[in-house]
Parts: sequence; C-alpha cells; structure tokens
Amino acid sequence: MQWESWSAFWDMGGFAPFVWGSYGVTLLLVVGELILVVHRRRDTVRRLLRLRRASAAGAGGRRAFEEIVE
Amino acid sequence: MMKDMQKPERSKSIFRFAAPQMFYPLAGKLAPWFAGIAAVLAAAGMWLGFFVAPTDAVQGEVYRVIYIHVAAAWMSMFVYLVMAFWSFVGLVMNTRLSFIMSQALAPTGAMFCFVALWTGALWGKPTWGAYWVWDARLTSQLLLLFLYLGFMALTRAIEDPRRADKAGAIIALVGAVNVPIIYFSVKWWNTLHQGASVSLNKAPSMATTMLTGMLVMALAAWAYTIAVTLWRVRSLILERERHTDWVAAELNALEGKI
Repeated sequence: MQWESWSAFWDMGGFAPFVWGSYGVTLLLVVGELILVVHRRRDTVRRLLRLRRASAAGAGGRRAFEEIVE
Repeated sequence: MMKDMQKPERSKSIFRFAAPQMFYPLAGKLAPWFAGIAAVLAAAGMWLGFFVAPTDAVQGEVYRVIYIHVAAAWMSMFVYLVMAFWSFVGLVMNTRLSFIMSQALAPTGAMFCFVALWTGALWGKPTWGAYWVWDARLTSQLLLLFLYLGFMALTRAIEDPRRADKAGAIIALVGAVNVPIIYFSVKWWNTLHQGASVSLNKAPSMATTMLTGMLVMALAAWAYTIAVTLWRVRSLILERERHTDWVAAELNALEGKI
C-alpha cells in the first residue's frame, strides 16, 4: 500500500487537481458515451417504428412519413 | 427474440458474419461480455496504478495520470488504423458492413484522442510548466482529433449512404498516414514529449508494477472500445437495413419494449 491515509491518497502529493482532473473527465466521457449509445439505440428503434406506422397508414400518413424521413 | 426471425441461409464460414443480418445478433451477444471484461480490467488496472505501483522518483504522484494517458493515446491511434483497415476492405470488397464498422468506431476513437490530449495537458502543466506546446507529438495528436471529427462530420453530412461511405473511407485512409507520424514523432523530431517508455526492442524504462498497471488499462480500453462499437454498430445496421424483412421482424420483436 502506497498511502499513509485516505487524505494523503486524495491529495496525490499536492497534484490532486491534475490527477483527479484527468481521471474525472475521463470517467465523465466514458459514462457519457455509454448513455449516448443507449439513447441512440432507443431513438433508432422508436424512429423506425414510427416510420413504419406512418407508411402503413397509407396516403394519409404520407406527409408524416416524409417528415420522419427528414 | 431470435426465434421469430426468418432463418438466413446457413454457411459455416466465419465470413457469414460479414452479412449485417448475421452480425447484428452476434454483436448484441458479445457486447455485454466485453463491457464486463472492460470494467474488471479497469478496476484491476486502477488498483495496480494507485495502490500497488510506487511513487515516481522524479515526478512524484502526478505521474499516475500515465495509466489513462498512455492507454487512451494508444487506443486513439489504433482505432484510427482499424477504421482505415475497414475502409480499405469496404472499398476493395464493396462490403457494407466494413464501412458501417469504421463509422461505429469513430466516436470512441475521437473520445480517446480527446482524453489523451486532455490528460496530457494536465500532466504537462506540473512537469513541463505548460498545458500545451506546439511540438510534433502534440500537434500530430491534435491533427488526429480533427481527422476523427472531420470523418464524423463528413459521413453524417452526406445523405446518400453509399457516397458517405466512400467519402469517409477516403478520409480514413489518407489520415492514416498521420498515425505513424504521431508514433515516431518523438524519434524524428526533438520534442518536449518524452520518448516511448515501452517498445518491443528494449527493456521498459519503468517499474514492473507501473508497466503492468499501464498494460492492464490498455487492455481495458480495448475491451471498452469493442463493447461500445458493437452496441453502436447495431443501431447503424438497423438504420441501413430498415427496408429488409429481418429488420421488420426485429422491430416486431422490439415493439412496445423500448
């Protein structure tokens, strides 16, 4: 074990902002990317389902269909 | 979920997974495993990096940024090469899935590229006295970020998927020239950035526990990239294949559940 106490650990020998700034931002980006990937999946499936419903609605659904395709 | 999908023609060859219809379920099965491996490796790597590896004699504790900095920098270069590889395969063999793979990889490569630059800046300030210098290593790494962003912007801006695929493939292939430039920049030019700590032809210039922690984190980055790319590629495949019967069947299965 390299640390005398937890406060020594969090202090990182006086380099806390640099070390935790690196790890913190990386963690945020990783979590953010995972959230984006999950959202993208949901949005894609919902959009394709809407698209299909609109085209199944026939001529009446024509405009709605075009809007979704946009 | 798979049962009510129509059975595609069976082939024993591994190349059957080049068909988006076959790759989609495979990606869905593999992704959680790679995500799990990534989480375990990242936890192990940080344990080694923070609690087992000693303090650096010269830099003190700030060197511990290395465990993400090096993993992210390696990954950012490697992912670009993989994108270039799939782009090449796509252009030569005209396989749709190859282009989709390179597009699924780009955001994760860009993320790691940014992480390498960001952690480098936070490491540079206390050790060099500057967040940023325009030396060859840093400048070529910044160019890599712009190549990623350019690739993503271009493939999303062009509406016709076939043209978007081709245009993206050209950026990926041309930009790949930058990767060896980044890697060898510390040798070719007199850079502020230090030379490689790890190379194949000499003993590593660091403590074994430091090196192990770094390699474990690099493996975690690999597993993470594979997991996220597989999840992302599934959405891209559904988009592209939306007019096919198998996507219709998949949508039937998902209706009301998502």
